Amino acid sequence: MFHIYCPHCCEYREEEEFHASGQAHIPRPLDPDACTDKEWGEFMYFRANPRGIHHELWVHGAGCRKYFNITRNTHTYEILEVYKVGEKPSVVANEAK
Amino acid sequence: MTQELSKQSNRLQDGGRIDRSKPLTFTYNGKQYKGFEGDTLASALLANGVDIVGRSFKYSRPRGIVAAGAEEPNAIMQIGSTEATQIPNVRATQQSLYNGLVASTTNGWPNVDNDLMSWVGKVGGKMMPPGFYYKTFMYPKSMWETYESYIRKAAGLGRAPKENDPDIYDKMNQHCDVLIVGAGPAGLMAALTAARAGARVIIADEQNEFGGSLLSTTEALNGKPAAEWVAEVVEELSGFDDVLMLPNSQVNGYHDHNFLTIQQHCTDQFADRAPNGQIAQRLHRVRAKWVILATGAHERPLVYGNNDLPGCMVANAVSTYINRYGVAPGKDLVLMTSNDNAYRTALDWHDAGRNVVAIVDSRKNPQGTFVEAARERGISILVSSGVIEAHGSKRVTDVSIAPLNEVGDAIVGSVVKMAADTVATSGGWSPVIHLSCHTGARPVWNDDIVGFTPGVTVQKQLTAGAINGAFSTVQVLDEGLSAACDALAHLGLSKPDVVLPEADVIEEGKAMALFHIPHTKPTSKAPKQFVDYQNDVTAAGIELACREGFESIEHVKRYTAMGFGTDQGKLGNINGMAIAAKMLKQTIPETGTTIFRPNYTPVTFGAIAGRDCGELFDPKRYTAMHAWHVERGAKFEDVGQWKRAWYYPQGNETMQEALDRECLATRNSVGILDASTLGKIDIQGKDAREFLGRVYSNAWAKLAVGKCRYGLMCGEDGMVFDDGVTSCLAENHFLMTTTSGGAARVLSWLEIYHQTEWPELEVYFNSVTDHWSTMTISGPNSRKLLEKLTDYDVSKDNMAFMDWKPMTVAGVPARVFRISFTGELSFEINVQANYGLHVWKELFEKGAEFDLTPYGTETMHILRAEKGFIIAGQDTDGSVHPFDLGMSWAVSMQKPFSFIGKRGMQREDCVRENRKQLVGLKTLDPKAVLPEGAQGVLDPKAPIPMPMVGHVTSSYWSANLNRSVAMGFVKGGLDKMGEKVYYPLADGRVIEAEICSPVFLDPKGERQNV
Amino acid sequence: MSDVTVEAMEGKVVTNQLPTGAIVGESPLHHSDLASIAEKGPQQGGVHFHERKLKGLLTLRCTPSVEQLSLIESLLGVALPMQPLTSVTADAISVRWMSPDEWLIIVDGEQAFELETRFQEKFSGHYALVNISGGTTIFEVSGSHVVDMLKKSTPVDLHASEFPVGKVVSTVFAKSGATICRLADEKFELVVRRSFADYLWLWIQDASREYGLVVKA
Repeated sequence: MFHIYCPHCCEYREEEEFHASGQAHIPRPLDPDACTDKEWGEFMYFRANPRGIHHELWVHGAGCRKYFNITRNTHTYEILEVYKVGEKPSVVANEAK
Repeated sequence: MTQELSKQSNRLQDGGRIDRSKPLTFTYNGKQYKGFEGDTLASALLANGVDIVGRSFKYSRPRGIVAAGAEEPNAIMQIGSTEATQIPNVRATQQSLYNGLVASTTNGWPNVDNDLMSWVGKVGGKMMPPGFYYKTFMYPKSMWETYESYIRKAAGLGRAPKENDPDIYDKMNQHCDVLIVGAGPAGLMAALTAARAGARVIIADEQNEFGGSLLSTTEALNGKPAAEWVAEVVEELSGFDDVLMLPNSQVNGYHDHNFLTIQQHCTDQFADRAPNGQIAQRLHRVRAKWVILATGAHERPLVYGNNDLPGCMVANAVSTYINRYGVAPGKDLVLMTSNDNAYRTALDWHDAGRNVVAIVDSRKNPQGTFVEAARERGISILVSSGVIEAHGSKRVTDVSIAPLNEVGDAIVGSVVKMAADTVATSGGWSPVIHLSCHTGARPVWNDDIVGFTPGVTVQKQLTAGAINGAFSTVQVLDEGLSAACDALAHLGLSKPDVVLPEADVIEEGKAMALFHIPHTKPTSKAPKQFVDYQNDVTAAGIELACREGFESIEHVKRYTAMGFGTDQGKLGNINGMAIAAKMLKQTIPETGTTIFRPNYTPVTFGAIAGRDCGELFDPKRYTAMHAWHVERGAKFEDVGQWKRAWYYPQGNETMQEALDRECLATRNSVGILDASTLGKIDIQGKDAREFLGRVYSNAWAKLAVGKCRYGLMCGEDGMVFDDGVTSCLAENHFLMTTTSGGAARVLSWLEIYHQTEWPELEVYFNSVTDHWSTMTISGPNSRKLLEKLTDYDVSKDNMAFMDWKPMTVAGVPARVFRISFTGELSFEINVQANYGLHVWKELFEKGAEFDLTPYGTETMHILRAEKGFIIAGQDTDGSVHPFDLGMSWAVSMQKPFSFIGKRGMQREDCVRENRKQLVGLKTLDPKAVLPEGAQGVLDPKAPIPMPMVGHVTSSYWSANLNRSVAMGFVKGGLDKMGEKVYYPLADGRVIEAEICSPVFLDPKGERQNV
Repeated sequence: MSDVTVEAMEGKVVTNQLPTGAIVGESPLHHSDLASIAEKGPQQGGVHFHERKLKGLLTLRCTPSVEQLSLIESLLGVALPMQPLTSVTADAISVRWMSPDEWLIIVDGEQAFELETRFQEKFSGHYALVNISGGTTIFEVSGSHVVDMLKKSTPVDLHASEFPVGKVVSTVFAKSGATICRLADEKFELVVRRSFADYLWLWIQDASREYGLVVKA
């Protein structure tokens, strides 16, 4: 059971108020029609599954209904930061730097 | 009182924290006994001289009480005086005694004292070596079920009650600054410090009283009995508003981000059933800013031959029974120890007026405060020695003692036999690190204390006292204080005024690392030397596992079952690892340890379920007209959490008769459906229309104000996931409807795209599902009925098909939509839900002359199927796109924005030939109704497995058409009109159907367009 | 046709949704006949329950500019609470912060349409004001054990230091949801959805059992 800081409500709430919505930062291609089947398949189905730092999209479903991002360590389950949609994470995995 | 005492042969005349003036009667295995208030079931059994409390898991050997707390492996009871109040797997050491308590042994079939199965234990003994299940019961596989029931019965894992538990269990969410686990000296000191600093504190302890080891010690604090200091602290703590004290409460799980679960036994100490109105057990779900684990340590027994005979106990448990419960569980004691600490047990035994036969110390030259005290009392001490074997059948009668070499792994002299009925042993103390392990922390070996201490954790967790290997009272209190001060510093609270109580200074000599006492015979031939009592794991078994090639301790665990089940290795794990390490010729830290998992002790299902049971199991959602449906005798169907009227039987009608009547009435006159459960989303903003165009597959640019349009919603993969009608209320204002079950998902879908992809679009979405009551009147007389309730002109000229109009219906302002899911002339009336029932009743008032007939979801399904209308989720399954459904008319590939689903439905696999496509299925026998889900084949004579071409998604008897109607998927079906498809059924029948248009009734739409 | 339809330049429709005359609205707990329970049921207990029914509830959505903020204040009569989880409670109107661009407005039932009309006429720019009166009801719970009852129902921290009077949260309530506002030390307002009202009422009865439940008319 995570304890999650909602960047919109500005306080910690229990995990049961939230839903995970998968990996963050998967933008919809701006011109889908120009995508090959492979590119479209990558966009739809392929997700990272790192051991360690991961960026996830969550929604405060039972609260303010806003989506936001979480940087989480998938090994220790620590939440390292939360940030709003449109913002960039400040904590990133070493190889990504 | 004396009478009560005389029956309790092991009860001491005085001492202990029991109340001898309050005798209690209890039943154990059908026989009545007496105990006292303050007893546990275990102490009362021991007081009564009950030696055998179970039979062992594999070998069916008699077993007695070994410990005094959560670590007890043998005395696992079935509690409950009635069928409904049965609780399995209760440790007798943790069950408070109450008047009328009924307990029986969990293990032992058919009974503990004379067990038919004990031949397994006596004869051979090799019958069930480790890996026995894997080796034996796996073959033949088909027999597994037979074996399993036999093993379960023999193993005695307890049984669930067959009747509903009448008690109430609930849950409570808690938040605190500091959660302190354990109310022994460290925990109490920490709680006192934190409380005085003004922190919000929860302190929980598994025992019925706070105090932990202080309740059974003979040590003094501030020059007074330690229990007096406990009482003072408890009283002070109870004066703080922000301190929650939870005795009888087991902290069972330590989860992420300092979330812990505590099972509180609220009434278990009073009665079998909770007193009226009270909660039997409560699960506290705690979110703590800081956690202080002050869980103490469990004394480790030594491993020797026949060490499972009743009478063999852990040393400290013997002291606890004497000092806390006034019970000396025997007469003649042999104490075997590798350390000074356990000498206390011999002193307590001696001081209770019982005979200490000998202290058998594995060390060469023991010295220290307790050793001297034993010598002063004239107790015989045998140094450099060990008990190698206990003798007896149902209780220890003698022990064999042998001199040991310096490291304790070989016998270096002759064996002597001594008479004794009790063997207390101590191999030192194992910190209770279970909760720490729940956080994922790897335990760290500490050579000084010969045990594992908590490893590094990411949780905001502190530890204090014996869990850290601090065993003297002085040290433990100091650790409690400093852990609290650390927590306070993190919380930004200042350290309050606290003074440590003065404790006795005790000098202890160095302990020896000793686990497994050698025997004159090799381990494999020696009498059984138990490591894990509950799972019947022996030293020989662990050695065998190592010999068979299991080198990882995790594998040894799984092969031998060591530390399995409800026991979780509390007593035996370290001994087992030490034996494995020795066998593998490596150190214990090199061997490592297995990890303890939640829960620490078994949790009742009642506590896990809480109040989410019975009527409250899941929310039931009701429409404003629900009471009317109930009164009308409707049968209900669950649609998500909604209770929807399914059909309304009259008199003795069967379901089919009711459906036929409802279907005919609707097509012949007028029917009414409560459609309030449809999802409704209010959409406003200048970009609302653009947004609709992006999320629906069809065009929205030109939908005029006052008009409605059907839309299909697809995922990025192009597959349909919801559908519904959206109406243009005003230029920048729309009302979207969704399926009843899809409402929440659709709203989330709109929000996620708006918030993450297209935040620049000016649009707001708000759910108005519950705000509007929706009633659909459908049928040729629906207009006439509506005209009776409104002055508004609802003629075809003023209100065409797919128009919506605001009007007053039955005196209530309404939005009326001329849309149709039946293919009939239909009006969907929406009114503010507080007036829904009023309008509904008025419709019936005026509808009598048209025989207005209420219909439920089943008739709705039939009527729409006659028209070939799909239901998202029934005729779609996430793998079909609009073209598969034959709904290309609902896709606009020309829209400038690449709408969601467009790219997906053009992928190679989506545009290939021979995809499964939705078609009508007309059975050759009009009376035959295809089962939904039936798989079609093109050649019913093909060899099995036949190539399947698709399944039936919707199939009903149509009273209107006097034949069956069905829809289903057929590979390439849209190009196979008129061809045959066959449905071989499980009962041997083969139903033949012709592929046709799914529109069975009124293909030109003349009925709805009047 | 007597129905009022205002088509303002924002291109939205606002209609009065309440009937005139003798037609009485039925709140979501209408079938429970709380009035009789209030009269005949227990008068002493640790939890008090009252349905504040048939109020006018509206969802306001916007991201207001400074000018819009003062306009909204003039339309509502109170300032919009801009700090997360805060609220304004006045005699005629209450406003609850729901989200950075969402507020819940509570007025008397018949005031809702008036407010909608005022916004429709005066407000310009991107906003939505949605009447949810029929889909929502208000439970008022109070009493010496109200916090205990709530602790069984919601995971939020209700300690006064974390949840002072005036704070408002939308959260999980049993297996449904609620918007909870603390009106006084021992008094809370729960705004719940119509279709879940019966379930939540059952839940509250159950959770209050050990403390005694008093229904207030």
